[in-house]
Amino acid sequence: MNPSNGKGSVSTSSRVSWKSNEAAPVADQFPVGLRVMVVDDDPTCLMILEKMLRTCKYEVKRCSRAEEALSILRGNSNGYDIVISDVHMPDMDGFKLLEHVGLEMDLPVIMMSADDSKSVVMKGVTHGACDYLIKPVRIEALKNIWQHVVRKRKNEWKEVDQQSGSADDGQQPKYSEDGDYSSSVNEGNWRNSKRRKDDDEDGEDRDDTSTLKKPRVVWSVELHQQFVGAVNQLGIDKAVPKKILELMNVPGLTRENVASHLQKYRLYLRRLSGVSPHQNNLGNSFMNPQDPGYGPLSTLNGIDLQTLAATGQLPAQSLATLQAAGLGRAVVAAKSRIPIPVVDQRNLFSFENPKLSFGDTQQPPQHLNNGGTQINMLHGIPTNMQPKQLVNLQHQGNSLPTVQNVQSVQSGSLLMQMTDQPPLRGQQPMGNYNSISQSSPMMNLSSSYPLSNIQAKSGFPEDLTSEMKGSTPGFMPSYDIFNELNHQQKSHDWELQNVGLTFNATQQANNSIDVLGTSIAASHHSGFSSSSQGSGLTRNASTVHANNNNNAISVGQHRMNVNNFYPDNNSVRVKLEPPLFPEQFGQDDLMSALLRQQQGQGGIGPAENDFDFDGYSIDNIPV
Amino acid sequence: FQGYLDHEQFNQLEELQDDANPNFVEEVVTLYYRDSARLVHSIEQALEKSPIDFNKLDSYMHQFRGSSSSIGAKKVKAECSLFREYCRAGNGEGCMRTFQQVKKEYTALRKKLETFFQLARQAGPVDRARRPK
Repeated sequence: MNPSNGKGSVSTSSRVSWKSNEAAPVADQFPVGLRVMVVDDDPTCLMILEKMLRTCKYEVKRCSRAEEALSILRGNSNGYDIVISDVHMPDMDGFKLLEHVGLEMDLPVIMMSADDSKSVVMKGVTHGACDYLIKPVRIEALKNIWQHVVRKRKNEWKEVDQQSGSADDGQQPKYSEDGDYSSSVNEGNWRNSKRRKDDDEDGEDRDDTSTLKKPRVVWSVELHQQFVGAVNQLGIDKAVPKKILELMNVPGLTRENVASHLQKYRLYLRRLSGVSPHQNNLGNSFMNPQDPGYGPLSTLNGIDLQTLAATGQLPAQSLATLQAAGLGRAVVAAKSRIPIPVVDQRNLFSFENPKLSFGDTQQPPQHLNNGGTQINMLHGIPTNMQPKQLVNLQHQGNSLPTVQNVQSVQSGSLLMQMTDQPPLRGQQPMGNYNSISQSSPMMNLSSSYPLSNIQAKSGFPEDLTSEMKGSTPGFMPSYDIFNELNHQQKSHDWELQNVGLTFNATQQANNSIDVLGTSIAASHHSGFSSSSQGSGLTRNASTVHANNNNNAISVGQHRMNVNNFYPDNNSVRVKLEPPLFPEQFGQDDLMSALLRQQQGQGGIGPAENDFDFDGYSIDNIPV
Repeated sequence: FQGYLDHEQFNQLEELQDDANPNFVEEVVTLYYRDSARLVHSIEQALEKSPIDFNKLDSYMHQFRGSSSSIGAKKVKAECSLFREYCRAGNGEGCMRTFQQVKKEYTALRKKLETFFQLARQAGPVDRARRPK
């Protein structure tokens, strides 16, 4: 794929690539072949619906139980374009399914019911349904459901493409309205602005619908950290996209992006409060309890990374997030469970484009796959990214956002390493994250993901992108990972890793690294741990160490040992060397922010810096 | 058939029938019979319990109403709605009375549909005649 897409050239290239990426050859004759999953406990309705959908020339998979549908969706994250679900079902409430799908897979969901009372319809809206059909359903209503798919993709695409500097305001053309409608419940002004932009943005999103490319904004760990920090700072009630955006100060990020992310985040929070978060069980599966020393973090990292690597799906970002998470652990110690809607994140990138998915903690590995695809884009950039994704997935619970941010950027690259896949440069064997040092790894993350896009947008220093070109700013991914990590707390490992990456340039991270170190220690440093610290953050191989020495050591002990922890290099490259983190690099700020947040400091202050890759010389990235 | 079926809805089903699924309508209706018979049974049982679990009743009836409406069973659907009103009011007596009505309409509908299909088979095109009886 074209890593360059990220830069904003996403539109065309991404579009095209999207098509190819997509498993379904639908794009060409869209909406023919649209893959629909329909869920209803009423067999009569189910049969009629299926027949109607087939008549519309869609591909249909029907389920009579929500659990069944979820497991199918999870097992094949990229296999469906849209979900239609009944509201009243015996085994699971339709709205719950709606939330899950939205967060984990980020697919458009249409609700239907014989019940047309206003309250139920409103519930559908607030839960994020993109449409609501009254039973009995007519075939005419089904003929148009493809519009929701297009809309969603365009929205995402737009987000990614924001870098052109479109004002965040109302960037989204009209269609975004539908998709984000639910989220906009809280933000009326946001909606308006969107409408306004309608005209302006039209040109941009003019992708041919067929491609439906969705250059989604990848919510890297870092980015997510920033986001969470901003939200926390504002207070969850007062957190409006506009303000969040301001606080985050990520160039290129639009209000729409934030808004939709916020929506997901809210759902996620809600879910957490209502349901015991599955703590990224997913992560568990992924993460091997490798990190004996570190505890949860390591597992996260290890598992995720590995898994990620395996799947190659998770963009480096996830790694980043994981790392971040790992860091978060250190910092927060208790898993700053910032309920990061990791899930969403993942979805983000699991989708066709290498989106920056931040910490989709919940994402099942499947998403990773998606992400994997993206990551592949990075060519060269090893699947590092992927592990991250995994991490993210896992960490869903972790709210490491703070940590992640900082680290993520940096770690993003590091994390990337984690993936088993041959390091970015292809040189490093996964075993060691040395590859990470490749610097590209870090960057790779980004490359694979639309990070590039985001980066551009988010204000990631263009330099970074440029640097990363090869590697694609892996930072973003780290972000995700952190998220995941957060959940898992294991993420700490990663965080360190991320940090490591960033540190190449500066050792300042030392301070931050400490925090990270603890968390990350667990992370497998595989490649990076270049040793100096032991932490494995091999960042540029030495730079890190030097700097980190202070921190790294402390941290390193924790995590960096990662090498040990992670059984396979693949899994956790994340070794972040503690010292790497943040403060010095823009990333540092992020990190510190993250850390701070985690620690309850509140807020990511220096979030701005995060994108500031300039600080580091990418080359330094430990190879 | 007048009044029993919502022709618009039923038409939708008929339109879905094609060469690939020549017996679609009948299949759907058969499925409906099976499913609704089950629901009717559950409702009856629930009504016999004491105290009556209105929530459960409401849920069953919601399902029944939903599937009835999907084949266009207008009258049955109307009775179901009425039933649910009583349910929500916690009116056990009202529920039982209404349910009798529901059953009446339901039985009548089935009869009508049977006739309909018989006629369709006789008068229908050759492929219809081939339908396994």
